[in-house]
Amino acid sequence: MMVIQILLTVFFLFALVKVIARFRVGDLAKGGLVLWSLFWVAAAVVVLLPNSTAYFAKLVGIGRGADLVVYVSLAAIFFIIFKLMMKVESLNKDITKLTRKMALGEKKDNI
Amino acid sequence: MLFVIVPAYNEEKNIGRVLSGLFSQGLENIIVVDDGSNDNTAEVAKSAGAVVLKHEVNRGQGASLQTGNEYALAGGASYVVHFDADGQFNPADIVEALAVMKDKNIDILLGSRFLDNRSQIPWTKKHIVLPIARLINRFLTGLKLTDVHNGFRILSRPALQKINISQDRMAHNSEIIRQIKEKNLSYLEYPVEVTYNEYGQGVGGGLKIILEILQGRLTK
Repeated sequence: MMVIQILLTVFFLFALVKVIARFRVGDLAKGGLVLWSLFWVAAAVVVLLPNSTAYFAKLVGIGRGADLVVYVSLAAIFFIIFKLMMKVESLNKDITKLTRKMALGEKKDNI
Repeated sequence: MLFVIVPAYNEEKNIGRVLSGLFSQGLENIIVVDDGSNDNTAEVAKSAGAVVLKHEVNRGQGASLQTGNEYALAGGASYVVHFDADGQFNPADIVEALAVMKDKNIDILLGSRFLDNRSQIPWTKKHIVLPIARLINRFLTGLKLTDVHNGFRILSRPALQKINISQDRMAHNSEIIRQIKEKNLSYLEYPVEVTYNEYGQGVGGGLKIILEILQGRLTK
């Protein structure tokens, strides 16, 4: 077993513990718990059994399983960044709306 | 009825002087939008006699102007002046500009520091930063103006009703120019004096504005 496999597996376990902790304090719904747990477990499986992705890699025409994992991860990460940016933008707009409402609400009686 | 909107963020040092300048012109309905300042801007403005609208958290100049616009609309404004809180503008320009605007029946008047020679503009700003800003704005907004980043403007009630500032930070200027074109508002550039206490927004600020504009185009 390579060192990187151990390190990554430990990290994924840590992530899994965090997911469970978040679920316990109520920040994460049951669906989120299941999804994220599956994700980290799957990540650990891929790391511990690198050849498990080879089948899918061949299926889409990529030589190595590790390459497939990198490509898919990058695409997913960029999509998530995009989604987060949109979310931040819409939160910003909401905060402005609230701030404005408060500023105008306080003065309503004076108009 | 004329409303003057002064968006202010941490301007306790300047706001008093700016407000007394405005009052000395016989102007009433002076609205300071305190944009979540950490200093005593709101208190100073209040004691100077202005109506203070308070943003609990900082939302940017565009957001402050829109808050002021909505307040003025609800208060029955027929004209609204946008006036910076840092003492850059000359309050004497308002009355004159307003008279011209009424006379020509214009929807929106935009201040320009290039139409007369009262403004002492720093060399790099006059010959490098602002010409580039002008070109980019022409490209992005389709309106040909001599001064694209001047915060002095007067909106008539119809303009006030049609223009909606959704760019919270500094790109609202270009947004307003774009909406003038989109909504077919009649406009006029009018010479105003700009006094440079500080350099203002440098090249970095300009780049940030471009990013904000582009981002604003991508999100609704």
